[in-house]
Amino acid sequence: MQKIIKITIIFLLIFILGIFFLSLNKSSNYNTEFLVGNKLGEIELVSFEDDSVYTNDDFKNNSFTLINFWASWCAPCRIEHPQLMELSKENNIKILGVNFKDKKINALKFLKDLGDPYEYLTRDSNGKQSVNFGIYGIPESILIDNKLTIIKKFVGPLTKHDLNNIIEIINNL
Amino acid sequence: MKIKIFLTIFFISFNLNLGSNEPIVESKIHKNLRCLVCQGQSIADSNSDFAITLKMVVKDLIKDGKSEDEIYDFLSEKYGDWILYNPKLNAGNLLLWSLPYLVLVFGGVIIVFLIRKQSKKT
Repeated sequence: MQKIIKITIIFLLIFILGIFFLSLNKSSNYNTEFLVGNKLGEIELVSFEDDSVYTNDDFKNNSFTLINFWASWCAPCRIEHPQLMELSKENNIKILGVNFKDKKINALKFLKDLGDPYEYLTRDSNGKQSVNFGIYGIPESILIDNKLTIIKKFVGPLTKHDLNNIIEIINNL
Repeated sequence: MKIKIFLTIFFISFNLNLGSNEPIVESKIHKNLRCLVCQGQSIADSNSDFAITLKMVVKDLIKDGKSEDEIYDFLSEKYGDWILYNPKLNAGNLLLWSLPYLVLVFGGVIIVFLIRKQSKKT
């Protein structure tokens, strides 16, 4: 019996040390990459211009759609904007902009100054819609296909590398 | 007469209790939801933009008649189990949930063994 206890204690120590080792080597940064491969739920986004609503059916005819959450008050959104302008020139992708907790006048000025890459422009004035997309900060972008399956998620501003990655995906899939 | 007064007070307090049920559930849910943009805070303790938005969503879901579990399911579907301070039992956290019980059983076995050994000696 004593032998069993000794073996068990040694096993427990190894187990605890193993857990420590794995935990210390694991990235503690939270991300929502687990959403990749999931289908988007019901989309109900209110148009930026009027009170019309965009739903899932509006995006089924696009080969790919990039859903981009942005705001005029968000400095990183300015950094990623040239990438979005570049991407808007591609044929088989359309960009859906979701203006997040912003003032209309400021958002319009932002687009006037930096250009408008959005095929569809919607608003999420109180941020509640963003929860349906698993958004927890902006800018965030979600690449979906015509079946509304999430292909990739980008947390933070889109970089040139991300832009090339998206172009590669939409031209090869 | 006394019975009538007692019944009146009982029903009034019962109704008051029903009325105050929603805020209790709401704050309980807030305490179990992690603020993803904060350092170790629940959304109940945070006034960040994200926490405020999540509180509004929880309020809406309660108004829609969703149960506490349904709200947790909805949010863990969107943000993963990480958003819950008290995640449900699943294959990924089975060991985490069962380990305390295993340690308890193992400790019990050791105690029984030691007591038996001691009694044999005496």
